[in-house]
Amino acid sequence: MQGIINRAKELIDRYNTGESIKIMEVCGSHTMAISKYGLRQILPPNIKLISGPGCPVCVTAQNEIDASISLASQGVTIATFGDLVRVPGNDSSLQEERAKGKDVRVFYSPLDALDYAMANPSKEVVFIGIGFETTIPSVAMTIKEAYTKKIKNYSVYCLHKTMPKALEALVVNGSDIQGFLLPGHVSAITGSTIYNFLVDKYNIGGVVSGFEATDILMSVVMILKNLKDPKIEIQYKRVVKEEGNTEAQRLMDEVFEESDAEWRGLGMIEGSGLKIREKYSEYDAEKKFNIKKPNSRTEIKGCRCGDVLKGLITPKQCPLFGKACTPLNPVGPCMVSSEGSCAAYYKYGE
Amino acid sequence: MDKVLMSHGGGGSMMQSFISEIFIEKFNNEYLSQMEDAALLPGKTVFTTDSFVVKPIFFSGGDIGRLAICGTVNDISMRGAKPLFLSASFIIEEGFPIDDIKKIVDSMVDAANEAGVQIVTGDTKVVEKNSADGIFINTAGIGILYDEAYASIKNGKPGDVVIISGTIGDHGMAVMGDREGLDFDPPLLSDVAPLNKMVEKLMTLKDAVKILRDPTRGGVAEVLYEIASMSNVGIKIYEDKLPVKMNVKSACSMLGIDYLHLANEGKLVCVVDKDYAYKALEIMKEDKYGKDAAIIGEIDSSGLVTIDTIYGTNRIVDRPIGELLPRIC
Repeated sequence: MQGIINRAKELIDRYNTGESIKIMEVCGSHTMAISKYGLRQILPPNIKLISGPGCPVCVTAQNEIDASISLASQGVTIATFGDLVRVPGNDSSLQEERAKGKDVRVFYSPLDALDYAMANPSKEVVFIGIGFETTIPSVAMTIKEAYTKKIKNYSVYCLHKTMPKALEALVVNGSDIQGFLLPGHVSAITGSTIYNFLVDKYNIGGVVSGFEATDILMSVVMILKNLKDPKIEIQYKRVVKEEGNTEAQRLMDEVFEESDAEWRGLGMIEGSGLKIREKYSEYDAEKKFNIKKPNSRTEIKGCRCGDVLKGLITPKQCPLFGKACTPLNPVGPCMVSSEGSCAAYYKYGE
Repeated sequence: MDKVLMSHGGGGSMMQSFISEIFIEKFNNEYLSQMEDAALLPGKTVFTTDSFVVKPIFFSGGDIGRLAICGTVNDISMRGAKPLFLSASFIIEEGFPIDDIKKIVDSMVDAANEAGVQIVTGDTKVVEKNSADGIFINTAGIGILYDEAYASIKNGKPGDVVIISGTIGDHGMAVMGDREGLDFDPPLLSDVAPLNKMVEKLMTLKDAVKILRDPTRGGVAEVLYEIASMSNVGIKIYEDKLPVKMNVKSACSMLGIDYLHLANEGKLVCVVDKDYAYKALEIMKEDKYGKDAAIIGEIDSSGLVTIDTIYGTNRIVDRPIGELLPRIC
């Protein structure tokens, strides 16, 4: 292993011009991997890896969190991915609701949530649909299957977001980024062409990277190599094809359509979210339960998750980091989620 | 927070502060404040208790019955004591299948025979449907020190060597795999086993054995943090030396879980004087449950728990907090 790492270091040195380079990763698994492998220790000091809005829990807006929590108190069964249960809302969290006796269940896959609904027809099961293109196809599949099988007690609260428009918002708002480490799992579904606008409109390149230490280092090499002539390339070729997974794309498109979405830190971004198409509206929890997003405070006092998500500051530059905000008592979602950059910095002592 | 959360029982730092604030402060006495896996009482007697609520009740590689015996046998063993007598209490939900209870009891008998302990007292309560989930078992046990009270969580000194008795995370991932329906070839299997025979042989090294700890809930990471804090030292481990089965590693990377956080039910972490490290390793490897034993690190004076990664970098070991939750992406 050390040999491959040394080879990557040599290549980085070869293409390193010495000028300050910021490379942003926009996938929670990359954020964790970089900290866990200690990759910042390997890179020369002028090359900085900064974390962007890649953690699904972190970018979920505060009022969406609060709406999910208040839905739990309406007597429905909340089905959710693990991380979300711990995120603090305005005055509760899903795990606190569960402790009060509300039915909050953690599922690894939305298909398990649908199975649970089918096995428990007396319960009204609402799946909280968060996440990017990695999770969206499987949620689409549950809606389609529920429709086909005429399941009446399952619905999805759709809070899904898609990556390209958020990247554009970051670039337009002037984040100083010279290259993107593009998400491997998301791109396995979407393909890599969705990022072409970064080069065409903004002259910034990116590399779709895998998740091993060598994947990430080689992707950095590819970004450095193309700095003068930016490109969108795929390093993670063993999984990602340029055209992506067309079957999954078709499924997503059949069930969902584009909508506007609010991101924590980035605000409302046009066309960056999804909503459930009219054909499947009976599976849209927002309509079924008339969910109104409350007027939540937009930011938690002192918490700079928003600036962390935009890559404007590193977690350590937040005044609450490691003091008022720790994984044990998280203030903001970037510390709660196992994919959050604050959690990564704290856990691995960066 | 005015209600107990699942994280308060997850074996991480949240549970530690919960226990010390709610229980230790009020119950406080010289035996409890030893803060060991088992209390050392007058007359070289060692006493401990543990409750078992595992779901599913029958899991890959074991069941709640074997777990209930091994858990208590191992906690007594971790003080360098020979486990002798156990109690067994059952809280059973109305409607629970009698055949399942018979299977659980058979499994308890097998484990007790293997460990050489007797179940000498017990209790049975049946509660109304929905007041408990299937069956809960509590066991308590007493044992006698093999020799002197050599092994204690407070004994670590810089230079000592850290050994694990085998592969990491098998039990935690087997149970999680059952819950999530993960199918691996070879299958994920719990390591649940009594370790008293291994400890009996280890204790022939007397005070060279500084610390014995079974890394159950919270996993190896939490045990390392407890050692660092109670012995007031630091610990450095080496990633390339950690024994982890390939299927456990794959499942961890799939679910986004650190294997150092996964529970083990048939492994011990042993801190030994460095001059006896290879002797201790040899003893472990000779045991039925120790063939994958490995030296994984050393005690230092940094005050931190760190890992040298296979990439030539060094970082803090992530301390588990509460519930283990699979990540989304």
